[in-house]
Amino acid sequence: MSEVPSPLAHHFDDLTQQKEATTLGMWTFLVTEILFFGGLFAGYAQYRTLYPQAFAAASHHLDIVLGTINTAVLIASSLTMVMGVRAAQLGRRKQIVIFLLLTIVLGLVFLGIKAVEYTHKYHEGLIPGPGFALQGEERMQVRFFAFYFLMTGMHALHMVVGVVIVGMIAFFAWRGRYSPEYYGPVDVTGLYWHFVDIVWIFLFPLLYLLGRH
Amino acid sequence: MSTQVAGRPERPELVAEPRPNYLANGYGIKSWLLTVDHKRIAILYLVSITVMFFLGGVFALLIRLELLTPAGDLMAADMYNRMFTMHGVVMIFFFLIPSVPAVLGNFLVPMMIGARDLAFPRINLLSWYVYIVGAGFTIAVVIFGGVDTGWTFYAPLSTIYSNSNVALMGIGVFITGFSSILTGLNFIVTIHKMRAPGMTWFRLPLFIWAHYATSLIMVLGTPVLAIAVVLLAADRIFQIGVFDARQGGDPLLFQHLFWFYSHPAVYIMILPSMGVISELVTCFSRKRIFGYTFVAFSSLAIAVYGFLVWGHHMFTSGQSIYAGLLFSVLSFLVAIPSAIKVFNWSATMYKGSISYETPMLYAFGFIGLFTIGGLTGLFLAATSVDVHVHDTYFVVAHFHYIMVGGAIMGFLGGMHFWWPKIVGRMYPEGWGKFAVLMIFAGFNLTFFPQFVLGYMGMPRRYHAYPDEFQVLNVMSTAGASILGVGYLIPMVYFLWSLRFGAVAGPNPWGATGLEWTTPSPPPTENFDVTPIVTEEAYSYSKEEPEVVGGTQSTRASLR
Ligand SMILES: [Cu+2]
Repeated sequence: MSEVPSPLAHHFDDLTQQKEATTLGMWTFLVTEILFFGGLFAGYAQYRTLYPQAFAAASHHLDIVLGTINTAVLIASSLTMVMGVRAAQLGRRKQIVIFLLLTIVLGLVFLGIKAVEYTHKYHEGLIPGPGFALQGEERMQVRFFAFYFLMTGMHALHMVVGVVIVGMIAFFAWRGRYSPEYYGPVDVTGLYWHFVDIVWIFLFPLLYLLGRH
Repeated sequence: MSTQVAGRPERPELVAEPRPNYLANGYGIKSWLLTVDHKRIAILYLVSITVMFFLGGVFALLIRLELLTPAGDLMAADMYNRMFTMHGVVMIFFFLIPSVPAVLGNFLVPMMIGARDLAFPRINLLSWYVYIVGAGFTIAVVIFGGVDTGWTFYAPLSTIYSNSNVALMGIGVFITGFSSILTGLNFIVTIHKMRAPGMTWFRLPLFIWAHYATSLIMVLGTPVLAIAVVLLAADRIFQIGVFDARQGGDPLLFQHLFWFYSHPAVYIMILPSMGVISELVTCFSRKRIFGYTFVAFSSLAIAVYGFLVWGHHMFTSGQSIYAGLLFSVLSFLVAIPSAIKVFNWSATMYKGSISYETPMLYAFGFIGLFTIGGLTGLFLAATSVDVHVHDTYFVVAHFHYIMVGGAIMGFLGGMHFWWPKIVGRMYPEGWGKFAVLMIFAGFNLTFFPQFVLGYMGMPRRYHAYPDEFQVLNVMSTAGASILGVGYLIPMVYFLWSLRFGAVAGPNPWGATGLEWTTPSPPPTENFDVTPIVTEEAYSYSKEEPEVVGGTQSTRASLR
């Protein structure tokens, strides 16, 4: 592929330095992300401790079947993502594209199921705010739903960004930009995708499972 | 420092003609707005933060004018609330936090470590655009009438009772935070991965260590502020009850999240200036830094401890007294690394051949004012004293000694020191000295009376006050006028020097450090050949005159 310009940016000495910088950059970004979600987890932890019964009662409103399916979908997407990275390491262009497209499809399935869940909550009047359906004693559950929507919403936003990025990477892979010497972007996109998965792995038990025996 | 070809083969062995400097590399507006050169992005930041500084300065001026007399004659209480809020927001988020890192750090971090650019040049440019969008929101907020909650945005005032533009301002702060995160991320990766051959961790200039520590805080702290602001905006707009005590929410949670970032943010403002001071003190004392590793690790220690002391802002707000006790002890501990720096700078000057150029005068100013600010911080860290002076002018004076007396003195000192490198011309030394003395005098006249006012019990954030406080307030306002003029002078002569300043040459100060080995202004790629570092930082040793073969002073022989 001679028409492809050199992947080495002008300010790096060699591809190894560039790859190491890209990887460290992504890890640093993920640390930022951990602190970002960490603020939400801290708030959740405080109110779960203050109002354990309200939180346990509120979690029964969540659809555990859809939540479980979504967990499985995301774990499967991590598998296809890692297969895509492996294909990039081996320089198998077609396989990269296929696995990345599969990842996108699974990501979209997740988002679709999430949208269905949100719609249910909307019809049940469980969106925090003036029209919140639970009143009186049950009003205390409002904070559970506040955190539910903020945490899963923030997670879904990361999924949307992830789907777009994976799409771009798949496009560049299809154009033949990556090789066994240069596949850093595929690699760090994988890191990002796995991170977003892991956030869900924490969200699922905290929101759906805890307090539901 | 010897230089030698390294890196890519297509690079010519020796460059016959000097390359165009970074300022001459394109003149159109596009060549600036689409640049990925860290030096040009530094200039973009310099222009934008200067605009924001003068915007914040106008608010300060109006505050001081109102406080000239005990009665509220210039503005009503509500307008005054908006003034001090906008002053705080603009100065902290849009001037102090980006000041040294985004301007001097952006310009110097790659040059000091011998790199051609930051690791992610496009992300660097993105960070500037993100900053501009955030600043745009702020200016919109000002036009729509400002915010009246104080820069701390405490709930429930901000979530329920305030009818000013809290949500819009929150968005502005949220967005600007990402500019800070991106800068920090870029610095961390650059310092880890882009150092020139031979530039080991313990040969790095202390400016770099300070920026590394700052970047850690930016990356770890800023996202927590972002999420605090998101919760605040969600609570204000949708009434989700997160901070609403009527619905069982806890307003203190906001204070915890806010100060988890905003205490370390003080170190985002002061650490880079400390890095600047380490460079100035060594250069103008012609000596190696005293205790390099202690100064380097004290930066990291400040960054780490800084995350463990936020509760000292909440001694009177109802947090557990045991938490208060712990936060008090930890706040005392954070004084240790700061004191190490002050002692080591003093020890560096001891028996050095000190000269009194403008940057060094700023360094002296910094050390003195920072010491006062730091020691009064210990008063405030003691819970019993804090109960009495909390929310008084004592606190206002304390943090202005740190942020203005410390951070801005460091920023201006650095600007004078590296100005010849940035534009290739000298500023007028006489005017420089005049301005620094004015700033020092004006600053102390403005803020020292505020310690006394606070001690006497004058609360902050009121537009009117009892008559007996007037004398000290008049002094403060007079000082602020001197300070304001003092800040305008460098602004004028820096612009003047662009055209009329003496040509600086590569190294007007005879300083060590890789940034002084390139022409002034530097070429776009910084170094024609990648430098190889063979020495410790600050090799201003007694042996140096013999090495260069002259009996004259080191400075003259290096020129
Ligand atoms: Cu603090």
